[in-house]
Amino acid sequence: MRYFPHTDEDIREMLQEIGLESLDALFADIPKDCRRARELELPSPLTEWELNAHMDTLAAHMAVSPEYKIFLGAGSYNHFIPEVVRQLLLRGEFFTAYTPYQPEISQGTLQAIYEYQTLTTRLLGMDVANASMYDGASALAEALLMAIRLTKRKKVAVSRLVHPFYRQVVQTYLTASGYEIVELPFLENGATDLSGLDGVTECAAVAIQSPNFFGCIEDLESQGKAVHTDMKTLFVVAFSEPLAYGLLKSPGARGADIACGEGQSLGIPQSFGGPGLGMFATKQEFVRNMPGRLVGQTTDKNGRRGFVLTLATREQHIRRERATSNICSNHGLCALASTMYMACVGGTGIRELARLNHDKAEYLKKGLRDVGATIPFEAPIFNEFLVRFPAGFKEVHSRLLKKKIVAGLDICTFYPELPDHYLLCATETNTREDMDALIEEVGSWKNH
Amino acid sequence: MKEISELDFAEDVRYTEDHEWARQEGNLVKVGISDYAQDQLGDIVFVELPEVGASFGKGDEFGTVESVKAVSELYMPVRGEITAVNENLEGQPELVNKEPYAGGWMIELRPEDPGVLDSLLDRNAYLAMLKG
Repeated sequence: MRYFPHTDEDIREMLQEIGLESLDALFADIPKDCRRARELELPSPLTEWELNAHMDTLAAHMAVSPEYKIFLGAGSYNHFIPEVVRQLLLRGEFFTAYTPYQPEISQGTLQAIYEYQTLTTRLLGMDVANASMYDGASALAEALLMAIRLTKRKKVAVSRLVHPFYRQVVQTYLTASGYEIVELPFLENGATDLSGLDGVTECAAVAIQSPNFFGCIEDLESQGKAVHTDMKTLFVVAFSEPLAYGLLKSPGARGADIACGEGQSLGIPQSFGGPGLGMFATKQEFVRNMPGRLVGQTTDKNGRRGFVLTLATREQHIRRERATSNICSNHGLCALASTMYMACVGGTGIRELARLNHDKAEYLKKGLRDVGATIPFEAPIFNEFLVRFPAGFKEVHSRLLKKKIVAGLDICTFYPELPDHYLLCATETNTREDMDALIEEVGSWKNH
Repeated sequence: MKEISELDFAEDVRYTEDHEWARQEGNLVKVGISDYAQDQLGDIVFVELPEVGASFGKGDEFGTVESVKAVSELYMPVRGEITAVNENLEGQPELVNKEPYAGGWMIELRPEDPGVLDSLLDRNAYLAMLKG
């Protein structure tokens, strides 16, 4: 679908048609104090070469692979994106930020979303997926709101090992509406401690992230069973690294009622931290309470296969304040990128890729341990893990950055009780030479 | 959509301003939506009903009815406890369109105040309201 801005001539004609002198007259009903009296303070226009120079300056502030050797994940992952994804995304027909309402002119986009939903349900082992949401954080917040709607309860429990940013967004979505969030602590092995639920009743949902923020894989199966001892409570499984489910059993197979998280890993560049892709899937029985849009397959009057938005009657543009969510859109282009990525990597490919990530991370973990770093948590990992370095690593971290090595994330901002703990990540993009170089740097510093 | 004169308004029920009907059946009350309501909604595809044993006040939402055009809330005509729900609607929601006052009933309830139906609109008052 193309976007044509109105020309001055268009605007003049439209105003004439409704008998108004100016645009100001059109907006006369809006109270004066709600209107901006001054001009927008935008910088003056740049020439193309000035703009390029400006963008280059901005880009130079970032540490980008392959110039930098990145060992940082923490919710945004450096993965290889096949060229075919980039090339297909450049097709102009797909350039829209909007989910199409009109099936008669949007079959291509609708089918692409339908394929995205199908691939998402397969990866996550769920019955039904929506057309996507903004990012992992808002998907989790929406999942908890959905559980609150379904159970008519006002309390949720969220693991402290859910990504700190996701928890902040959950806080924003829930507290203003008067809902209570119980935080579940973590165990010595780096997994969520469900004994935090003891004595907590009437929970709408329990949310656990796997792999969690420390990179540890949670024991979702036994956690799911524990959560479901209260039959009404929904088990919400969040994730920031969906590639892990190429190797691990899916959330659905582990008893999740809702699986939701960030899909950036699946063919979407890290950019400057966004845009991402909110993946959201649930069981068929909950479909009428699922937020966001849903594309369904149908037949037209001549019996040909076609695609439409379905269950839209529960959405904001029809039901306003009683809608299942205030999202009335999706992340179309990012969802499309992930669809192309999943389709071209394929089921076997995702498994191989996941294996590669896991093996590389294990190699790096072992290497760092061998040169004297401590691995504080013993739970199994996917492609991220926590390392405790001797005090003073901060300086080494900065020095490595100057050598174009990004040696993970110091997590003490988020977990003050864990000073000198760094979250490191290895993906298929990290070569053995790069990992050996990092291990050597750490080893030579330690033995200095 | 039909003209009001083409619609059916049962004599043996009382109506609410939200277009539910309520019929006294012994000590219990059956509740559904009027022919006018189903006609306005169009083809009904889903009816969400409460659990048996739940109690609601007059005017509380007890469920939703979803058609191809809209989702609407269902409201309790009187205060009471749910004693049964029409499970046939799960597989045949179209019963609400076909037989709004019979096979398309939605809930059965035990009213807190037995004589309370008299306070609702009778057929003539409901018709007068519809005609505005």
